[in-house]
Amino acid sequence: MLKTFPIGGIHPPENKISRECRIETMPVPASVTIPLSQHIGAPAEPVVTKGDRVLTGQLIGRGNGFVSSNVHSSVTGIVTAVDTYLDGSGNRKRGITIQAEEVDEWAVGIDNSPEVVHTCDLSPREIISKVADAGVVGMGGATFPTHVKMTVPDGRKVDTLIINGVECEPYLTDDYRVMIERGEEMLIGAWIIAKAIGVQRIIIGIEANKPEAVERLAALAGGVAAGIEVTPLRVRYPQGSEKHLIAALTSRQVPSGGLPVDVGVIVQNVGTALAVYEAVQKNKPLIERVVTVTGHSLPRQANVSVRIGTSVSELLEYCGGLPDDTGKVIAGGPMMGKAMSNLDTPVIKGLSAVLVMPQQESLRRVEQPCIRCAKCVSVCPMGLEPYLISRLSRRAVWDEAEIHNITDCIECGSCSWQCPSSIPLLDFIRIGKSEVLKLRRSRK
Amino acid sequence: MPVEAGARYGKTYMEDRKLIVSPSPHIYGAQSTSRLMLDVAIALLPALAVSIWVFGIDALLVTVVSVGSCVLFEYLIQRFLLRGPLTVNNWSAIVTGMLLAFNLPSSIPLWIVVIGALVAIGVGKMTFGGLGKNPFNPALVGRVFLLLSFPVAMTTFPVVADAATGATPLSAMKGALASGMTVPEAMAMFSYDDLVIGFKSGSFGEVSAVALLLGFAWLLYRRVITWRIPVYVLGTVILFTGILWAVDPQQYMSPVFHVLTGGVLLGAIFMATDYVTSPMTGRGMLIYGMGIGVITVLIRIWGSYPEGMSFAILIMNAFVPLIDKYVKPRRFGAVKVKKAKA
Repeated sequence: MLKTFPIGGIHPPENKISRECRIETMPVPASVTIPLSQHIGAPAEPVVTKGDRVLTGQLIGRGNGFVSSNVHSSVTGIVTAVDTYLDGSGNRKRGITIQAEEVDEWAVGIDNSPEVVHTCDLSPREIISKVADAGVVGMGGATFPTHVKMTVPDGRKVDTLIINGVECEPYLTDDYRVMIERGEEMLIGAWIIAKAIGVQRIIIGIEANKPEAVERLAALAGGVAAGIEVTPLRVRYPQGSEKHLIAALTSRQVPSGGLPVDVGVIVQNVGTALAVYEAVQKNKPLIERVVTVTGHSLPRQANVSVRIGTSVSELLEYCGGLPDDTGKVIAGGPMMGKAMSNLDTPVIKGLSAVLVMPQQESLRRVEQPCIRCAKCVSVCPMGLEPYLISRLSRRAVWDEAEIHNITDCIECGSCSWQCPSSIPLLDFIRIGKSEVLKLRRSRK
Repeated sequence: MPVEAGARYGKTYMEDRKLIVSPSPHIYGAQSTSRLMLDVAIALLPALAVSIWVFGIDALLVTVVSVGSCVLFEYLIQRFLLRGPLTVNNWSAIVTGMLLAFNLPSSIPLWIVVIGALVAIGVGKMTFGGLGKNPFNPALVGRVFLLLSFPVAMTTFPVVADAATGATPLSAMKGALASGMTVPEAMAMFSYDDLVIGFKSGSFGEVSAVALLLGFAWLLYRRVITWRIPVYVLGTVILFTGILWAVDPQQYMSPVFHVLTGGVLLGAIFMATDYVTSPMTGRGMLIYGMGIGVITVLIRIWGSYPEGMSFAILIMNAFVPLIDKYVKPRRFGAVKVKKAKA
């Protein structure tokens, strides 16, 4: 019996149609716009001004405060604006636009050779500071600054590092391709993270629908470091959720309202481990990432290594263009990704995929009355009662919703996916959750 | 003027494009309410087939009249009284009609069936606001109303095959025990083969254990219901009657006899599992299922009715809101956050 998390979960059609597409490198675009906030926390402060010439990998925005992150130029060229741009939802954000030259001139100290560097003699403090300098953030989508996550709070003990190679969202294959094609570097990155946080045990969790990745990493693990376990997991969404992956691999449950560190675990995504490798071993900041471009209606599927700041529309054009019958373009996977209203917006560090859905698949079904089938309760991976908390938020009974632990919801969408009456359960739970959190803040 | 990515195309990529935006998730499972109800109707077909084989065309006639009147009453009430959206096409009225019919003798006058359908849909379901709102199983509301209003018509069963009487196995057994016979003597009246296949007297949908279990298998295969409620109900009936039987086999029937007769299987698989009127959590289903099992056996053995399944389900239906209020699912990470040790 393969391991998995204890409560709930669903198994939507996997649709990993881009899984056999090797990572290809998109040519450097003519211009990039690099957002100053691509992470959770305070936006970076620009350190360049209009007219400056910047090199590829040069710092252009400095992390402002502890929870923040640096941003770097992903191209060589002239800064044409330090201004605002429109993000995927059409909101104005701050960013730096750079007109790119055709040939990259890499900033001093960056090792851009394909050679794999195995040894690392740095102290934990030095590793963490290099990770911070390189602007590494959680690449699974949460974009929490990685150096902060690698800093174990005083008095806490961490005994296990988990590398998240689950990729439980349908369609996504960027982590899979990284594991297959850049497995060794990724494992070295994992080993460096473990070294920095002072743990011996590294577990790599991968769902059993990726046997090639399990085999490949298991074969490589011994050569990188002792104590790396590669564990296949039963295919079940949302196993990629930090809390659920920890439960699946260690049987420890992160307490309600707590953090992984409360149960002695730190989780990092596969892409993040690779970024840490590049930052520490090659002095290379996070200026590109692998993005899955997928959808049944697209002319071709692709896993593209793309410079941060490249516009999504150019990325789509590079992959053959957007079909006319397109209804939705989703940043991320179909379960938790965000539907975009604007494609003239840059690729950011947390963008794992661009998923295109045709018109007829993009429309919601008509809501029917709740028949109390209890399926939402049985699929909820947090053991909540989605029908109840959704109804309570719909009626604006916030205090009752709070009693029923609405804030535990991880917004995985399993309830809405499962509901045979097509009730938009999560829409209302989301509203309720933010209202309850607001209430809580006002009480303090 | 802000420079926007992509603007160098001369016009922006979005200029003549409209994209649909909605919160996640962006995909949905294959199950729908009407398909689930259709699956229940399909799961009832084997039992319908056996009852037509055993009781003849009457069983089909009662089913058709019951289903037809349920659908018609639901339509009329939605159209002219509630004036809300019509949801009569979601198969739920058809399922109610089938279940009501299955709980009737095949020889019942058809006008009584129509009254049963009116009470089931009109009183049992639509009074509370329609699908999803009714506290009691509508088909059972209809059946119990008929049982109390037309006791003779509701307990007069056609004579099956070579059986001596039209009495159901349960009432025959109850009568025999009352007249001083022991259980082993009375058991001579029955053959287990007949009980399993369905050659016995009774409400026509409940007679064939094989057909009902086939329907159960379909419901599980299609993931319409989980194993929980049927297993909890049947387990409780088997355990309870098993203990009594072990104590005194002369006076109490075996658990096998209890499960194969009356409405236990039909009730446990199709009526107790009605989504709307059963609890939402696994542990709630355990309490509910055990309650139904215990009450059924109590009525069968010590009550004045030979069968207690309908009453047991209706009684436990009444407890469902209470169960759902107090029995909560097992929560992930339901422990207090440990404060950092200094």
